[in-house]
Amino acid sequence: MYAFAYERPASLADTVAKMSAGGQALAGGQTLIASLKQRLAQPGSLVDLAGVPELSGIKKEGNTLVIGAMTRHEFVADNAEVKASIPGLAALAGSIGDRQVRAMGTMGGSVANNDPAACYPSAVLALGATVQTNQRTIAADDFFLGMYTSALEEGELITAIHFPVPTKSAYAKFRQPASRFALVGVFVAQTEQGVRVAITGAGNGVFRHAGLEAALSKSFTPEAVEGVTIDASELNGDLHASAAYRAQLIKVQTQRAVQQANA
Amino acid sequence: MGASDFANLPHIGESLRRKEDYRFLTGAGQYTDDIVLANMAQCYFVRSPHAHAKIRSIDKTAALAAPGVIGILDGQDVAADKINGLPCGWLITSTNGEPMKEPPHPILAFDKVRYVGDHVAMVVAETYEQARDAAELVVVDYEPLAAVVDVRDAQAPGAPVIHDIATNNQCYKWAIGDKAAVDATFANAAHVTKLDLVNNRLAPNPMEPRAAIGHYNRAGDDYTLYVSNQNPHVERLLLTAFVMGLPEHKVRVIAPDVGGGFGAKIYLYAEDVCLTWASKKLNRPIKWNCDRSEAFLSDAHGRDHVSHAELAMDKDGKFLGLRVHTDANLGAYLSTFSTAVPTILYATLLAGQYKTPQVYVEVDSWFTNTAPVDAYRGAGRPEATYLLERIVSRAAWEMGLSQDEIRRRNFITEFPYQTPVALQYDTGDFHACIEQANQLADVAGLAQRKAQSKAKGLLRGLGYSSYIEACGLAPSNVAGALGARAGLFECGEVRVHPTGSVTVFTGSHSHGQGHETTFAQVVAARLGLSPEQVDIVHGDTGRVPFGMGTYGSRSISVGGSAIMRALDKIEAKAKKIAAHLMEASDADVDFAGGEFKVKGTDKMVTFGQVALTAYVPHNYPLDKLEPGLNETAFYDPTNFTFPNGTYICEVEIDPATGVVRVDRFTAVDDFGTIINPMIVEGQVHGGLVQGIGQALMEHCVYDRETGQLMTGSFMDYAMPRADDFPTFTIGHVCTPCTTNPLGTKGCGEAGAIGSPPAVMNAVLDALAPLGVKDLDMPASPNRVWTAIQQAKA
Repeated sequence: MYAFAYERPASLADTVAKMSAGGQALAGGQTLIASLKQRLAQPGSLVDLAGVPELSGIKKEGNTLVIGAMTRHEFVADNAEVKASIPGLAALAGSIGDRQVRAMGTMGGSVANNDPAACYPSAVLALGATVQTNQRTIAADDFFLGMYTSALEEGELITAIHFPVPTKSAYAKFRQPASRFALVGVFVAQTEQGVRVAITGAGNGVFRHAGLEAALSKSFTPEAVEGVTIDASELNGDLHASAAYRAQLIKVQTQRAVQQANA
Repeated sequence: MGASDFANLPHIGESLRRKEDYRFLTGAGQYTDDIVLANMAQCYFVRSPHAHAKIRSIDKTAALAAPGVIGILDGQDVAADKINGLPCGWLITSTNGEPMKEPPHPILAFDKVRYVGDHVAMVVAETYEQARDAAELVVVDYEPLAAVVDVRDAQAPGAPVIHDIATNNQCYKWAIGDKAAVDATFANAAHVTKLDLVNNRLAPNPMEPRAAIGHYNRAGDDYTLYVSNQNPHVERLLLTAFVMGLPEHKVRVIAPDVGGGFGAKIYLYAEDVCLTWASKKLNRPIKWNCDRSEAFLSDAHGRDHVSHAELAMDKDGKFLGLRVHTDANLGAYLSTFSTAVPTILYATLLAGQYKTPQVYVEVDSWFTNTAPVDAYRGAGRPEATYLLERIVSRAAWEMGLSQDEIRRRNFITEFPYQTPVALQYDTGDFHACIEQANQLADVAGLAQRKAQSKAKGLLRGLGYSSYIEACGLAPSNVAGALGARAGLFECGEVRVHPTGSVTVFTGSHSHGQGHETTFAQVVAARLGLSPEQVDIVHGDTGRVPFGMGTYGSRSISVGGSAIMRALDKIEAKAKKIAAHLMEASDADVDFAGGEFKVKGTDKMVTFGQVALTAYVPHNYPLDKLEPGLNETAFYDPTNFTFPNGTYICEVEIDPATGVVRVDRFTAVDDFGTIINPMIVEGQVHGGLVQGIGQALMEHCVYDRETGQLMTGSFMDYAMPRADDFPTFTIGHVCTPCTTNPLGTKGCGEAGAIGSPPAVMNAVLDALAPLGVKDLDMPASPNRVWTAIQQAKA
């Protein structure tokens, strides 16, 4: 990696000041450190968020779970409140990467990075969560803007994500054989806003599927998915999966997610 | 001592825990990167980003001015110092009598680069990061050329020409067998089964990437090369005699602890030469560590064959003749043993376990704009086994026979057996292997398990593979007649110390195989010692007599036999010393269990007493016998060894996603005598994982247009993980090898050789009800699902 300065502020205000001065935020580093090692990124300074206590933690506010941006995957996976309120989210967190990745990776880092094959964006979008930053709140539907792109402005930092507790939810991931990222991951949720289905891994970024949502709103069963057409023309095709295969997986993984949610 | 006496000695057949595990498990191993020399510099190689390009110029000005830079060397420097290119160790002669095309293989590209990752310049600096920073400042002006990466494209008219001396990109056109006789069997056949298949290219990926330190020492005007390598003497011979023109005694090669080789560390690589050369030129020890991305680009890859096969049978499914054409991808340059892999190590195995009277194999090999291809765990034998065992199972299905039955009808049952493709099998019991495999795999219960799968909407299938391979490379004269440019013996030196403990120096090299334990068991058994009293030294040309190293599952059969020969000498001399001590004649002394006894008396001396006497020769026949107890032997085998076995794989497939799950895997092997069953089982497990990995996951892919490596990291190259596999069921049949004193056959590659066709036959068996007839490796979910859709269409 190229040389860089390393800073570890202890408060949010100091963090924001250092980022405004051009620092690159470092959350769990599960993407950024690998990029640095491959010399694909050359930040002048890294601002490590791990020293800011108010960015971590899980609490329930009314019918909403508030999860701090620096909360590591393993804490989300093991947290009793998350398991009880949104078991699909806990299961998703427990299925990310491997033990080492889950010990370091954070929810805020994953959501801010918006890797088109990351798991968390599908939960944020399907659950109709709200992203809270140091400046404002952003609805999930307005947050994800395609591959590695989000509504975050320069110097804007995710501080927490608010998840309304759904009636039912589940995540079904089909792993890419090499990386074990989501080749296709489907998060289904029955929420107060209706059934929401968010798909990761299949396109240029996480997206909702109107056809699946309509079918599942009528009947929240695996059988309801049978008749839905998945248009492969907007999906990715690569070494590991053709677009047609991804379309098939969207269907299968949706059915499996619904089955889990109903179980 | 005969093989049967040997097998009955104490410690033989005991699963002793590995002596080396303590240091490996506690981080005390000494790998090349653990070695730190005073004043050591670091380096980084500038590599080609293009698959094929002319080098117009290289501008090093800015890089040389960068902080910490000690020197930057390129192809012009190599030419000025008259360093030769890398040699190929095996000459293949084409059917028209012409020698293969051997284009220059420069250690740093001179006027052209020929694959992505081709080495262009070497940057030496005080630190690794400085070397890497400076490497980015080396300006190489490339003129990109059209590239070709696939053997089918390389032979097309108008294909880009990679080397001037091979204008059609062909290296050789080779064949074995009697074509007319084979063609005649097809004229009389009741049925002919045909098959086209691809043996997928693999990246070797040892856990420890390659690493080396070049160290020139002015005091002695000599060099030491530390290198993560499988055969340090061969490395030194090629480096000194063929490339650098140095006297061999002025170069010491040390291969310390090595974290896996799998073939990829047999070869002399350009980086090894560069480090040795530059260490004198810049007068600094220089370390190089290959990172994983570099390893994907620059380690010699494995496999990459495209083949067509035809099998002629009579009405009962008896094989009459086999006809094969294979196009082999050799990559951009000839790696050390590359040319032998698709010929000598491949075509000679195509008789398999069967009495096929006639076999004819043509092999065309091609240069492409890809990394060199060479031996990778199995080396030619997995390619042969995959082709043969796929076509045999296909023939069974076409003839309405079971996979088991067609094999039994054709098994060789009498030994020795001369195949139509040069090899003579000494021994085996193929029926015993398949019978044991059938029982362990519970083939009888398949129908019930199939019904259970069907109830869940899943498909289940069973696949067989009955492999045989040739190990114990090799009788040197036979190898020489076939084109080898080196001998293939092994050395062993047994040094008995005055107090009776023993150090053994072996030319074999252990990079995960557990030689320090297995070889100690052999010596302890023979001398009546405990294995703790025996240490094994390997991997250092400064300490070990000239040896040929480890590959082709040769270590115990060839290296172990050399140690046995040295032990014969030790025993003979020790008997003379014991006879003197007991005032008896040599012929009356027996040795067993560490004790020398005079026949028919109670006179006895121990091995320890004899050892002490040898080095404190106060009461000693000095007029007839030299003091000391230190013997060296070189062993050259009289034949290959032939490990064989039957593997049965059972898979369950989800037709909705194409996911193949290996539910059961049974491996029954005949390795002859087994010295340490636990280590052998570990070798089988590792081999199976690599073989099943090839069948289901691993694939090294270059872009057919640009020649860029698409699978350059673990993000896209699917390395198998432990949870991809079930617990393996292992069984053994033992017919001891008749041509070496241990009765061993070798076990290092069997798993990787036998398993891919077992998996693919199981997949095809499962998919048969859906009409899928053919599928190439790897049977990834995407490919399986796509094949199902195509069969539906």
